[in-house]
Amino acid sequence: MNTEMIKVRAHARAIEIIAQTLFTVCALFAIFAVAAITLYMLANGIPAICEIGIKDILFSTIWQPTAQNAEFGILYIVLTSIVGTMMAVIIGVPIALLTAVFMAEIAPRKVAALMKPAVELLAGIPSVVYGMLGLMILNPVVYRWEQKLYRGSETHQFTGGSNLLSAVLVLAVMILPTVLSVSESAIREVPQELRASSLALGASRVQTIFKVVIPAAKPGILTAIVLGVGRAVGEAMAISLVSGGCVNVPLPFDSVRFLTTAIVSEMGYANGRHRQVLFTIGLVLFIFIMLVNLTLNHILRRGKE
Amino acid sequence: MTSKIKDGLILGLIYLAAFFTAMLLTGIVVFVFIKGSGFLRWSFLTTVPSILKGTEGIAGNIVNTLYIVSLTLLIAIPVGVGAAVWLNEYADRSRFVRLVEFTTQTLAGIPSVIFGLFGMMFFGRTLGLGYSILTGSLTLTLMVLPLITRNAQEALKAVPDSYRFGAVSMGATKWYMIHTILLPCAMPGIVTGVLLAVGRIVGESAALLLTAGSGYSLPKTGDGIFHKIMESGGTLAVQLYLNMSKAQYDAAFGIAAVLICIVLVINFLTEVFAGKIDTVKK
Repeated sequence: MNTEMIKVRAHARAIEIIAQTLFTVCALFAIFAVAAITLYMLANGIPAICEIGIKDILFSTIWQPTAQNAEFGILYIVLTSIVGTMMAVIIGVPIALLTAVFMAEIAPRKVAALMKPAVELLAGIPSVVYGMLGLMILNPVVYRWEQKLYRGSETHQFTGGSNLLSAVLVLAVMILPTVLSVSESAIREVPQELRASSLALGASRVQTIFKVVIPAAKPGILTAIVLGVGRAVGEAMAISLVSGGCVNVPLPFDSVRFLTTAIVSEMGYANGRHRQVLFTIGLVLFIFIMLVNLTLNHILRRGKE
Repeated sequence: MTSKIKDGLILGLIYLAAFFTAMLLTGIVVFVFIKGSGFLRWSFLTTVPSILKGTEGIAGNIVNTLYIVSLTLLIAIPVGVGAAVWLNEYADRSRFVRLVEFTTQTLAGIPSVIFGLFGMMFFGRTLGLGYSILTGSLTLTLMVLPLITRNAQEALKAVPDSYRFGAVSMGATKWYMIHTILLPCAMPGIVTGVLLAVGRIVGESAALLLTAGSGYSLPKTGDGIFHKIMESGGTLAVQLYLNMSKAQYDAAFGIAAVLICIVLVINFLTEVFAGKIDTVKK
């Protein structure tokens, strides 16, 4: 009888140890994944830098990967990603913020309840669908603007609407739901007393929103913007359909190539050194994203304190 | 007086922005359905592209999508939920815990192209799986892991401590408590995470294009289930991209309509399960 009980105990303890070990292994998975991705990006991205030279890759503007004397300057590609992301944020964030203010502060409860699932749908639509819509709806419109603006110009290369501006507009729409929903919940979390005291002191509703509520929700709104930046930097498929495909100075009506679109559209046929350089582009993108992540982590930690 | 005008102006801007957002969504959904509805018929959903038979359906892509969703979840759910259990029930506030949380958050921020490059090199080349549904699923596992872990963790946090004390004081072992009390209580939250993951997988294209390729045929009868996962297979979203780059816009709109329907269903289910989390909290 006694030995039986000891056996059961031992059995239970063995299960406990196995369970704990398994759970710990699951938790380690994320660390391994990030370590492996970092390692692979470095290992595949650095060889091309060493062979071609950091100056000829990062600070050269000539991108002719398949020419006889191949040139692999990615400066314009990097600049396009930076400029494109910034423009998308400048256009998308104000609209998202104002809409968030509307949903959290102004709209009647029923309207807000109706808009919430709509925003969630906007966030759930796959990025290729955005690219498709950009190509079908936006490109013709942008092409018309281009024709008006550059009428009679002999130096401008017409893009048929596949240019930086189209890509930026698509990106602005794509970051909208992310920025909107995160900043809306941040605004909603601002305690009601703050609003009440501000209104009691004689401030108007708009003054209360912009001088009291938004400053109080600042960490959440910053998080929203950084998440939006991350989404814009990393987006590939949608903009690869609308941005054209030539490597150019990032000007609104020029056909351009982003870090991400270079990878998805050239990986299919690239080989040898060209392929290696695409991995270098991946590494640059990875570094950008890591910077965004570290910023995010910093904001979140400061918000906790 | 001037401040009143300013207030009115800003209020006007706010209404304008909200109106713009609402119109944007309605416009997108209406446009896709008008253009794609002609394609939403049975033959489109049940045939594969074939010049001989004159069909251009998406049955193969639907099957591939189902394969990739189930295979990814098969790996990601146990690992993701396991990590959440560890974070919430076993871990103390050590530096190691912060590392796990930081890497989970990092994983959530990595763009799909990077996952694609990594998956192509690691699963495809180093492990020798090539362009296959298995490579794609393993890659997507990494991508959706944070979604599942985070939602499960939130759900576990919401389980009241009194449940834990009650179980332990009745003599339950920790494992017994976890699998009979905590996990069932956290189930709505876990399901929400899984649904979000399904949405992400169905909409993913960049990572899959680089890892799972673009096959569109149906599995041959007799080859067995496992043969299929070693073959290349494009999901609906990948096929949509390929259709667009080959200028086959009609079929692309058909697929887009199907994808938006799937997103609607997923969002509806998420709403249902998220509603259940709140009642558990009370």
